[in-house]
Amino acid sequence: METTKTSNRIKTSTSRKIFTWGNTVFLTLVTLLCVSPMLHLLAVSLSTNVYVIGGQVSFWPRGFTTAAYEHLAVQPEFFRAIWISIQRVALGTAINMILVVLVAYPLSKEVKVFRARTIFAWIFAFTMFFGGGLIPLFFVVHHTGIMGTIWALVLPGAINVWHAVMLLNFFRGVPKELEEAAHMDGANHMITLVKVFLPLSLPALATILLFTMVGHWNAWFDGMIFMRSPADFPLSTYLSMLVMQADVTARVMLTPEEIMALAEVDDRTIRIAQIFLGALPIMAVYPFLQRYFVKGIVVGSVKG
Amino acid sequence: MTKPRIRKHKSGQLRREIPFYLMLLPALVLLIIYSYLPMAGLVMAFQNFRPILSFANSPFVGLENFRFIIALPTFQRAFRNTAIIAFWRIVTGLSVPLLLAILLNEVRRKWFARVVQTTIFLPFFLSWAVLGGVVREVFSLGGPVNQVIALVGGDPIMFMGNNNWFRAILVSTHTWQSMGINLIIFLAAITNIDVSQYEAADIDGCNKLKQVWHITLPGMLPIIILLSTLAIGQLLNAGFEQVMVLYSPIVYESGDILDTLVYRMGIGQQLFSPAAAIGLFRGLLSLVLVGIAYWSAYKFSDYRIF
Repeated sequence: METTKTSNRIKTSTSRKIFTWGNTVFLTLVTLLCVSPMLHLLAVSLSTNVYVIGGQVSFWPRGFTTAAYEHLAVQPEFFRAIWISIQRVALGTAINMILVVLVAYPLSKEVKVFRARTIFAWIFAFTMFFGGGLIPLFFVVHHTGIMGTIWALVLPGAINVWHAVMLLNFFRGVPKELEEAAHMDGANHMITLVKVFLPLSLPALATILLFTMVGHWNAWFDGMIFMRSPADFPLSTYLSMLVMQADVTARVMLTPEEIMALAEVDDRTIRIAQIFLGALPIMAVYPFLQRYFVKGIVVGSVKG
Repeated sequence: MTKPRIRKHKSGQLRREIPFYLMLLPALVLLIIYSYLPMAGLVMAFQNFRPILSFANSPFVGLENFRFIIALPTFQRAFRNTAIIAFWRIVTGLSVPLLLAILLNEVRRKWFARVVQTTIFLPFFLSWAVLGGVVREVFSLGGPVNQVIALVGGDPIMFMGNNNWFRAILVSTHTWQSMGINLIIFLAAITNIDVSQYEAADIDGCNKLKQVWHITLPGMLPIIILLSTLAIGQLLNAGFEQVMVLYSPIVYESGDILDTLVYRMGIGQQLFSPAAAIGLFRGLLSLVLVGIAYWSAYKFSDYRIF
């Protein structure tokens, strides 16, 4: 930032002004590209079907109506899916967080303190690079008897090795003297972990917590293969079903009369309304929490 | 202080390590069940696996499943599509954020830079279950993209059902969704460049374009090399969840990838063993690629995970 200020003081040429102007316009367009699809969805969900199918809705509702949302308000499936998602996020995040701390602490120790450290580190790390894949996992989940229960959504992914690596690198930055002082006072490892390491690692923990929560809220494919009945689908899985059922061929070569007839029965605005509502919780909390995400990305990926 | 004590009795050290083992235990149990057991389950790729007989009693058929899939035209097609889509995902996924980072670095009003960066990062946090709906809607026949085409007098294009367009849709929407991460990494790299270099260039009368070429890009070279080498490990990753929510039988020709083929064969048609064989093939090849990626990243950038 300082550089541009200095260069500005030295010379502000016409070409520089043109560049700044063009750059601002371009970046504004890129920014709009990232929010306008959501605005379009909102406009569609508040429009009358006829206009939507006729391709007349862009970023402002045509034939304003809240019918789609009114219809949703009395649809139990939608709310049941939200409730399952909330349960999943609560249970899954609790399990993930406890495990990531318990894994990161021993693996953050030096080999002379914990001799098997390197072996265990590799046992965990190897799963980042190779896995059994979908089909064997399907049968393992089946054999362990958790198919169709919420455990199938939280146990197979309960250990996130990336998060553990991030946290163990953070633990290593905790001053040795603090740990030794705690041991001197007679604290065992569990107490040292809770009273010394965790309070000093709050930024890393906050980042991991947020990524874990978003991950559980967003996950949909596991729900699709591990849940036996659509009544047990979490919201993301429920939404993915709506999305995949939307037939791309349905509206090709229709006459205006056919379009009108279809508009009477098509549930497109209701579908879009649900997709918009599914994205809403993340969009609502995102602006307040994004700095933690940014920190996590920088710490997690470009550490040397 | 602690060193002499460790040397004195080895059994004492083991006793001191017990808490570490206890802490690792729950995670280790879950890891063995849900990560290592499925790896062992890959034995089904060499069997004629039937769920009733389970892994223990299903008959072994050697490499029969592999001969079957290699001769399968849909497998060859999926392999080709996977490589093509993954390659372009990497190219645009790195170059677009790089360009944006350089442009964003030239912005003087800090609030504007922050708003742009924050907004660009947003789609990354949305699930493909939601984004699939967004992309299908935006590229639908009556959607915004076709509205613009109609505005300039073109004929509407059925993007989601057109093999000439489908891969481009996949690659561009993936870049759109994920460019926020690499943008942040590139911006962090730019702020590490020594400011005095620019000041010297200013005094020498270097224009902005020359400064970008001679200072900014060379300054970012280490991170560009690191991200590019790590990307080698993604050469078979064509974005399973994204393809799942966007494709349909009409675009299998250009958009069916190895992961979606495994899903359809395994879960859909219940051809468990051939599907597992494709999974193993893809997994091993990916392991080799990731190995090459990390080895090069270590070699060229001194990158280590731990």
